[in-house]
Amino acid sequence: MKAHVLDAEGIRKVFVRIAHEILEKGQGQDALCLVGIRSRGDHLAQRLAGLLQEMTGQPVPVGALDITLYRDDLSLVGSSPVVHSTEISFDITGRRVIVVDDVLFTGRTVRAAMDALTDLGRPESVELAVLVDRGHRELPIKADYVGKNLPTSKEQLVQVRLQETDGVDEVVIEERP
Amino acid sequence: MKKWTRKDLLGLEDLTREELLLLIDQAAAFKEISLRPIKKVPALRGRTVALCFLEPSTRTRASFELAAKRLSADILSFQGSSSSLVKGETVLDTARNIEAMRVDVLVIRDNTSGVPAMVARGVGCSVVNAGDGSHEHPTQGLVDLFTIREKKGRIEGLNVLIVGDILHSRVARSDFWGLVKLGARVTLCGPPTLVPPVMETLGAKVSYRLEEALPEADVVIALRLQLERQQERYIPSFREYTKLYGIDLEKLKTAKPDLIVMHPGPVNRGVELSPEVADGPQSVILEQVTNGIAVRMAALYLVSGTHHGQTAEVPEPSPEGVET
Repeated sequence: MKAHVLDAEGIRKVFVRIAHEILEKGQGQDALCLVGIRSRGDHLAQRLAGLLQEMTGQPVPVGALDITLYRDDLSLVGSSPVVHSTEISFDITGRRVIVVDDVLFTGRTVRAAMDALTDLGRPESVELAVLVDRGHRELPIKADYVGKNLPTSKEQLVQVRLQETDGVDEVVIEERP
Repeated sequence: MKKWTRKDLLGLEDLTREELLLLIDQAAAFKEISLRPIKKVPALRGRTVALCFLEPSTRTRASFELAAKRLSADILSFQGSSSSLVKGETVLDTARNIEAMRVDVLVIRDNTSGVPAMVARGVGCSVVNAGDGSHEHPTQGLVDLFTIREKKGRIEGLNVLIVGDILHSRVARSDFWGLVKLGARVTLCGPPTLVPPVMETLGAKVSYRLEEALPEADVVIALRLQLERQQERYIPSFREYTKLYGIDLEKLKTAKPDLIVMHPGPVNRGVELSPEVADGPQSVILEQVTNGIAVRMAALYLVSGTHHGQTAEVPEPSPEGVET
């Protein structure tokens, strides 16, 4: 019923690789910044920023984005979901922004995140880094950096658990109860 | 997970501690939006908010209007003087007509206590009370709770002093209910004619002497003294009121150094607050106004989530559009 996909060491390795890929691709390190989508992408963005700083010796600004108000299904969900604040303390205009999230699925969250970002400024470019890509896209969206491609059926649940929120680092596939 | 389930926001008396905290937490999240260069999010895009102010109001009305606009809602405005109410239509008929135009949220201010509650029972759309008679002004109460928590870091255990015309003040009532539910100790102070002793039975402390109550306070909320009160013989004169209950620098010397001074506005300078106090470093009056927009955004957002432009009672399944 449950399959382990990544453990703590697996997640760490994946992020080291993504950090290298980001540095390899980018030219201007100064303008780099990370924006994590709440509620797990923000923690992943912090980790990635830590790795990038270790490699380059330069701090990378990190922000957290709450996309609740930009969801396209706000009028469909039963009651208004709780909104957390967006905390981006730097101006994203002119920067190379890397959006970080845990699971890429339908692509609707990323669509909402891009709308939210454009309300905050005009980035030089926007890229997407995800820990897991599980397929089943409903919008023309593709990640630039993927930790693990995970073919799943729509009925399955991909659970990402992190130390910061769940006390353990793991990615598992569960069958919907 | 905390969820908002009420169709309407009519007063703070009915709300639970959890519901009050949910509203304040949401306001805190919404505050950041007003600090952005683009002060707008698409949360209520396509929804319509009707502002029905049957009693004059500038601040509250502007605050609701901006809150609705920053959530991308469309706005319909009615004023008492220009509406068909002067032609003899009842409030409920007016509300039903507005609802028939497919309005999602109706914000009502009226000088009669209980009008928003009566309208809420008669319509399917959400109703937000923007002040009714001397009953409640829930969004102003929430502004005060939010501002106190922001400035003091907590509400529980604080001594909050409300000074002035408690008898006629809807702000005082909303403040009282909210503060008591969140664990503050509330003292009501004013001339005996304007402080109903019955409030003691509800858990407030009543004091007629500001010099005794002020030194203990962590927060003081001064209320506006309506100019009519003298003609109605509640107070002998404004000068006497100011001498006994007006807060000036001299009286502030007896207070705690970290006391914050609040006022729901508009301030009668030189009556309930001296200009030096109203503009002084302990005053958070303008921050209350800023926070008002975030609080009203939270209120409009939460009540809008409980219905979908049709009649109220249609529970819809919540499809999992979220990425897990």
